[in-house]
Amino acid sequence: MARCVSLRSVLSSLRSIVAISQRSGVQRCFSHPWMPGSQQHRAFSMHPILCSSSLSNSSAADKVLVHFVNQDGVQITTAVTEGESLLDVVIKKNLDISGFGACEGTLACSTCHLILDENIYEKLDPMVDEEVDMLDLAYGITKTSRLGCQVCVKKWMDGMTVQVPQEIKDMRNAVGSAGSQ
Amino acid sequence: MNTSRVFVFKQLKSLLRVKCSSAAPSNDLRRLTATPGSCPKVCVVGGGPAGFYTAQHLLKAHPAVQVDIYERLPVPFGLVRFGVAPDHPEVKNVINTFTQTAQHERCSFHGNVNVGKDVSVQELQQAYHAVVLSYGAEGNRSLGVPGENLSGVYSAKDFVGWYNGLPSNKDLKPDLSRETAVILGQGNVALDVARILLSPLDILKETDITQPALEALAASRVRRVLIVGRRGPLQVACTIKELREMVNLPGTMPEMVTAEFQGIAEALKDLPRPRKRLTELMLKAAQGSSEGGGAEKRWGFRFLRSPVEILPAPDVSRAAAIRLGINRLEGSGEGARAVPTGEVEDVECGLIISSIGYQSLPIDPTVPFDPRKAIIPNKMGRVQQAAGLYCSGWVKRGPTGVIATTMNDSFDTARSLIQDMETGELDTSAAKMGSQAVTPLLLKRGVNPVSFSDWKKIDTEEMKSGKAAGKPREKMLDVAEMLKAAHS
Repeated sequence: MARCVSLRSVLSSLRSIVAISQRSGVQRCFSHPWMPGSQQHRAFSMHPILCSSSLSNSSAADKVLVHFVNQDGVQITTAVTEGESLLDVVIKKNLDISGFGACEGTLACSTCHLILDENIYEKLDPMVDEEVDMLDLAYGITKTSRLGCQVCVKKWMDGMTVQVPQEIKDMRNAVGSAGSQ
Repeated sequence: MNTSRVFVFKQLKSLLRVKCSSAAPSNDLRRLTATPGSCPKVCVVGGGPAGFYTAQHLLKAHPAVQVDIYERLPVPFGLVRFGVAPDHPEVKNVINTFTQTAQHERCSFHGNVNVGKDVSVQELQQAYHAVVLSYGAEGNRSLGVPGENLSGVYSAKDFVGWYNGLPSNKDLKPDLSRETAVILGQGNVALDVARILLSPLDILKETDITQPALEALAASRVRRVLIVGRRGPLQVACTIKELREMVNLPGTMPEMVTAEFQGIAEALKDLPRPRKRLTELMLKAAQGSSEGGGAEKRWGFRFLRSPVEILPAPDVSRAAAIRLGINRLEGSGEGARAVPTGEVEDVECGLIISSIGYQSLPIDPTVPFDPRKAIIPNKMGRVQQAAGLYCSGWVKRGPTGVIATTMNDSFDTARSLIQDMETGELDTSAAKMGSQAVTPLLLKRGVNPVSFSDWKKIDTEEMKSGKAAGKPREKMLDVAEMLKAAHS
């Protein structure tokens, strides 16, 4: 099934990228849907434009170890190519995390919410408004919460643990809403 | 690709484990491995996000359960197709996940089946071990004020259905001939409607908005949209993404009443982060409106106002104004109440859209329903006093929240159901026929279900005609047209 990736959504993605680069001055990754004509499984782009070393030639030496803890508290350890976003990793490796990345990395939902180690969180570049907007609606938000689609794995993160929030809590009820999606 | 290989392997593994009769013998491999016996059969009523997410989790958490999704329309995805604004294509990416679920070997989609009319819930309960009601909220709360039936007054549900191609709303033909439109309600649906009314055509024409809506909006004379709420700025129901989109909408400027924001800046510091950021953005927009600017179109919030009456034009043919009662707030924060002061004001307008909430309706007299809360009474998705009946989504908790809310809520219901199977609370020992029992009933009643591969034919045709018009999709607006494409 082909997808409706409008020019506008691509543009808005680009705008976010620009915003990210402007703020941080550091290269960051940003995934957007990549849709082949007929595919069974979701595939995510490797955003070659902005991520420095995500292309081929990745040997074991370039791998970064990341431990994911899923909703059920089960730890899954995986070797990640530097430059991939945490969302890319979950999708590419088909990690057992239910409902992860519903909007496919377009900053339109909060389903790739992850809780990071404090020492990792502090070293990341600041969030763009759009990421905070979505995080404000996420379940079980903490001081070290980020959206997985906005966090690009780097060598210095080797061995980090990222946690899927386990608390079922609807932040949206705190804000109140008349139910648009 | 590596991931798909893993996926296929998982499927094979589950095939080997599962030994039960196949309900839909479309998969040769499955037929080969199938032997008579019983495996749990669950049906989900409603092919929107709640239905698909419930099915997704059931399939994942149980190695043998078979899930059939029944949907009233010939097309799947519910509010993702008919509710999500056309200029939010990113939100519609969930369709990819739902498609995977629908194409799962233990899942099948049955569109064009109106449960409660074509087949009763009781009949479904006879055919399945469990029935999950995920049919959403098709009604809307009415204003309950004189004049609400005048021409020019619409529910947001119908208006959104109109621009999104819901077959039952295709002939709405809203009156867009007057400068001012009033939207009652300040939730995200209200902001979606305001944005669609004021968006530059260049943006809309590249979306999957319907062609008749696009043409009507091209001829629209609406230049000013007032978004009215009964409480104050600290109680608005919209979320920040939608407000930010209004603030950034090209060719528009905010038109707020500065006096309505008195004391708000001082209250900021005590607010939780989401509410604080939302309020800050609103204050910034209010400030922008006093600075002026040359934008042709304007939008603004109006607070502490409740509709009292819709006033007709002299010839009584249509709405010409709305009388708003002025409120004051009692209490503070989220729980503050609006209390009428007795004062009123009239606002001249041609279009009035009531966006005060969707509402679930009862589906079948045999299913418990709480008319006050307009939900099916349940505990963690288990319908009270009705063994084998479950619910998820808006009909379970009321019409609020984003897709992530419905996702978690649906996973919860699926967990409850699986747990009941494991504890024996839900008896799955007797073999059930599933769709093999239901489909003949439907055919006998003249109902021809639409399978997921039938939907793919509709999908292909819609995308083809969309491509010709430079849009991602041109939706079919007519059920007969959909059925023709599906069964071609």
